[in-house]
Amino acid sequence: MNIWLELALTLVVMLVVVLTASLVTIYVELKAGSHMQARIGPYYAGGRWGWAQPLADGAKFLQKEDLAPAKADRPVYRLAPFVVMMSALGIFAVIPLGPDLVGAKLDLGVYFLLAISSFSALGVLMAGWSSANKYSLIGGLRAAAQLIAYEIPLILAVVAVVIQAGTMSLIGIVDAQQATLFTLGGIEVALPFILTGQLVSFFIFMIAAVAELSRIPFDMPIAESELTMGYLTEYTGIRFTMFFLGEYATVVGFSAIAATLYLGGYGAPFLPESMANVAGPAILLLKVSALVFVIIWIRFTWPRLREDQLQSMAWRWLIPISLINIAVIAVFKVAF
Amino acid sequence: MTSRQLMHRSEVAVSVELETPGMTLNIGPQHPSTHGVLRLVAKISGERIHEIEPVIGYMHRGYEKLSEVRTYAQITALVNRIDWVAGFANEVPFILGVEKLVGVEAPERAQWIRLILTELARISSHLVFMCSFPLELGASTPLMHMLRDREHILELIEDVTGGRFHPNFNRVGGVKPAYGGGSKTKKQSMDLPAGFFKRTLKAMDLMDQTCEDIDTLVTGNELVRARTIGIGVIPAEKAIEYGMSGPNLRASGVAYDLRKVDNYLPYDQIDFDVVTRTGGDSFDRYLVRVGEIRESVKIIRQAVDIIPAGPLQAKVPRVLKVPEGQVYSRAENPKGEFGYYIVSEGGKMPYRLKIRSTSFSNLSILPWILVGQLIPDLVAIMGSLDFVLGDVDR
Amino acid sequence: MSKGIKFPFPGLFKGMALTFKTMVKKAPVTMYPDVKEIPVPRARGVISLDAEACTVCMLCARECPDWCIYIEGHKVEKAPSKPGGRVRTESILDRFDIDYGLCMYCGICVDVCPFDALFWSPEYEYSEMKISNLLHNQERLGEWLKTVPEPPALES
Repeated sequence: MNIWLELALTLVVMLVVVLTASLVTIYVELKAGSHMQARIGPYYAGGRWGWAQPLADGAKFLQKEDLAPAKADRPVYRLAPFVVMMSALGIFAVIPLGPDLVGAKLDLGVYFLLAISSFSALGVLMAGWSSANKYSLIGGLRAAAQLIAYEIPLILAVVAVVIQAGTMSLIGIVDAQQATLFTLGGIEVALPFILTGQLVSFFIFMIAAVAELSRIPFDMPIAESELTMGYLTEYTGIRFTMFFLGEYATVVGFSAIAATLYLGGYGAPFLPESMANVAGPAILLLKVSALVFVIIWIRFTWPRLREDQLQSMAWRWLIPISLINIAVIAVFKVAF
Repeated sequence: MTSRQLMHRSEVAVSVELETPGMTLNIGPQHPSTHGVLRLVAKISGERIHEIEPVIGYMHRGYEKLSEVRTYAQITALVNRIDWVAGFANEVPFILGVEKLVGVEAPERAQWIRLILTELARISSHLVFMCSFPLELGASTPLMHMLRDREHILELIEDVTGGRFHPNFNRVGGVKPAYGGGSKTKKQSMDLPAGFFKRTLKAMDLMDQTCEDIDTLVTGNELVRARTIGIGVIPAEKAIEYGMSGPNLRASGVAYDLRKVDNYLPYDQIDFDVVTRTGGDSFDRYLVRVGEIRESVKIIRQAVDIIPAGPLQAKVPRVLKVPEGQVYSRAENPKGEFGYYIVSEGGKMPYRLKIRSTSFSNLSILPWILVGQLIPDLVAIMGSLDFVLGDVDR
Repeated sequence: MSKGIKFPFPGLFKGMALTFKTMVKKAPVTMYPDVKEIPVPRARGVISLDAEACTVCMLCARECPDWCIYIEGHKVEKAPSKPGGRVRTESILDRFDIDYGLCMYCGICVDVCPFDALFWSPEYEYSEMKISNLLHNQERLGEWLKTVPEPPALES
C-alpha cells in the first residue's frame, strides 16, 4: 500500500478514536458526576439520557466568537491550544490496541510517550503568558511548576516498569506481562505488573498523572475559585474547545498508558494469541474506562490541595519513594 | 519646591535599589470566590499577599435610607432581604426593637414560633456555608448534597410563612395572624399548619444524617484539613478588637452567644450549649458551624415539645404609630450579632434606622488577616468567614 | 477492614464511598416541565383579585412597599334603596394592575385588604418573554382566583 495512504488512514482512524473517546469521557463525567452530586445531569439532548450533550456543547462552542484580549500576544495565544492538542493526540500514536494495532511501532515507545506528554506544559505556559491576564499568568506559572515537578515521579515510576520488563517498547512491556510466571496445576499463570511488584509505582504513576492532567485534587492551575479559570480564563470558542478536548484526550491517554504499563494492556489471561488483535482493543478499553472512572470519581469527591503542598508532596514524598522503589525492583531484577 | 526637598529627592532616586515591584491583583468584583461583588485589591509578589484593600459597596441598596420612607410593616418586608440566606432571622431583632418602642409583648406562642423559625433559618444559613466553604476549596459535591438537604428546611419555612427565603412573617406584637383583614369571611389563620411538628421532627432526623454526611465528606477529609488547619488564625483579642461576632468569634474561644446573654426569645427555657473552639483557624470556624447545626436541631426538638397554644398576636392598633424614642435591638443571627438602632419621632415611619449588619463587622478583619497569606489561603479564609454581600453593603 | 491495620487517608476513601453511594441511588429530582412540583397551599406564587369584593379603597396600593399596584376607579351615584332615602355613591373599579416585574412578593397588600379581595395563589408559571407582559390586569388577576387553594388545616 502507498505509504501516504496508509499514513492518512492511520491518522483518520486515530483522530476518530481519540475524539470519540474524549467525547465519551466528557459525557461520563457529566453524567456520573451529576449522579454523585444527587443530580441527573444532561437529560434531554439527543432524546435519551442526554447522550448528545457533549456534541451540543461542542456545536455551541464552535459558534462562539474567537476572541483574543487586546494586549494578547496573538500568534502565541492562537498557537497554544494546538500545542496542547497535539501533545494529547501524540500519546495515542504509540499506544498498542493489539499486537499489530498500533500507530507507530517504536522501540523507544515509553520514551516517546514521556516526551510527548510533557509537551503540553509548553502549551499551557504559552497560554498563560500570552493571554495578558494576571490570573492566566499565575495559572500558567503554577501549571509549569506543577507539570515539571510531577514529570520526575512519573518518569521514575515508569523507569521501574522498564527495568522489570527490560524493554522500552510498549508492545514489549505488554508481552512481558503475558509471559508465564509459574505453572499452577498445569495452567500457565501470567500476571500484570501491578500484581508483580509494581503496586507502589502504579500509585505514584496515577498520582503524578492526575497532577499532570491538572485535575482535582491537583487542579491549581485552573482553580476556578482562586484564579477564575487559570490559563484558560481568556479562551473562548474553538480554542477553548481544543483545550477542553485536549484535557479529556489526555485523561484517556494517561489511563491508557497506565493500563498498558501496569494492567497488562490489551492482553488478558487465557486469551489465545490469535484473538489478541480482535479482542485487544475491547480489553484495553475496559481497563481504560475503569481508570478514567476513578479519575472522575476523585474529581467529584475531593477538594484541591495548595500549590506548595503539592510541590512538597512531589519532592519530599513521591520522588524519594519512587527512587527507593526503583532500587528495590532493580535488586529483585538482578537477584532473580 | 525648595532646594532641600529637591536634594532629598535626588538622593532617593540615586539610592533606589533594583527590585521587582509587586503585582496588583484585582480580585473581584466579579470573581467566583467573592460571594457576589466584593472587590479585593491585593498587592502580591508571587502568590504572597503583602497588602490588601477590600472595596465594598457594589451592592449597596440603601436599606437605611429606604427605611426612612416606609412604614414599620413595610420595613419588615425589606429587612429579610439584607442577609438573604437567613431571612427570618433578620426580622426578629427589628420587630423586637419596634415592640420595645411600642411597649407590647408578643404572646407566648408567637415567641416560640419565632424561635423555631429562627433556628430553622440558622440551619439553612449554615448549610449554605457548608456548600460554599468546600466549594472554595475545590470540592463541588458537598454543595449539591447540602443544597439537597437544605430543601427540607426551606419547605418547612415555606409551609408556615408562604415564603422560602423572605418570610415576612413577623408583625409588631407577634407573628402574622392571618391572611387578609376581612371580617366577613375567608379569614385564613396563619397558625402552624397541621402536621408541622411531625414534619419538623422528620426533617431534624434528616439533619442528623446531613451532619454525618458533612463529617464524611468534609470534616474527615485529609485534604480539607491540610488546607484549613492553622490557616487564618484569629486570636480572641483580635476578633474582639475587630468587632467580630457569632461563630467566627466563638471559633476563637470566646463563648459569647446573645441567645444566652440577652434572653430575647424563650431561649432560657431550652437546654443547649454554646459551641466554641479554641484554635481560631478556618477549620475551627467550620467546625463551630457544624456544631451549631447540631445544637439548633436540639433546640428545635425541645421547642416543638414545649410550644404552648394561644393567640398569635397581641392587640395592636390597626394603624401603628410608634411613640417617640430610640432603641437598639439585637439578636444572634446565624452569622453573628445583628442589630437595629431605631429612632422614632412618633409616627408611622422611623426617623432613622441604623443597621448593624453582621457580615460587615466580620469582614473588617480582612486587611489584617489576609496580609502575608497565599492566594489559595485567601479563598479558604474568606470562605470560612461566611459573609453575604447583601449583608455587607446593605 | 480490620482495626489492626491503619489504612492511609481513611477520610478520603470514606468520602469516595459516600459519593459512590449517592451515584447509585435515585437522584431526588422533580423532572420539572414533565412533572410539576406542587407548592404548599400558603406559597406566595401570584396574587389573585376578586374584583367583586374590591371597593377601590386603595389601601393595598398605598401600603405596597414598592408601589407596584395601579388602581383607578370612579364613583357613581346609586339610587336610594328606599324611596326618599339618601342617594349613595358607589365606587366602580376601572383598572387594577399589578406589575410583577416590580412586585417583591411580601404579601402586605393581601394582609391589609379589609374586604378580602386579594388572595395568594401558589401558581408560579407566568414568566414572560417581554417584561411589559408581567403587568397583569384585572382579568388576568381574576383568572388566578380559580387557583387559590383552601387554607391548610391547622396544628391544634
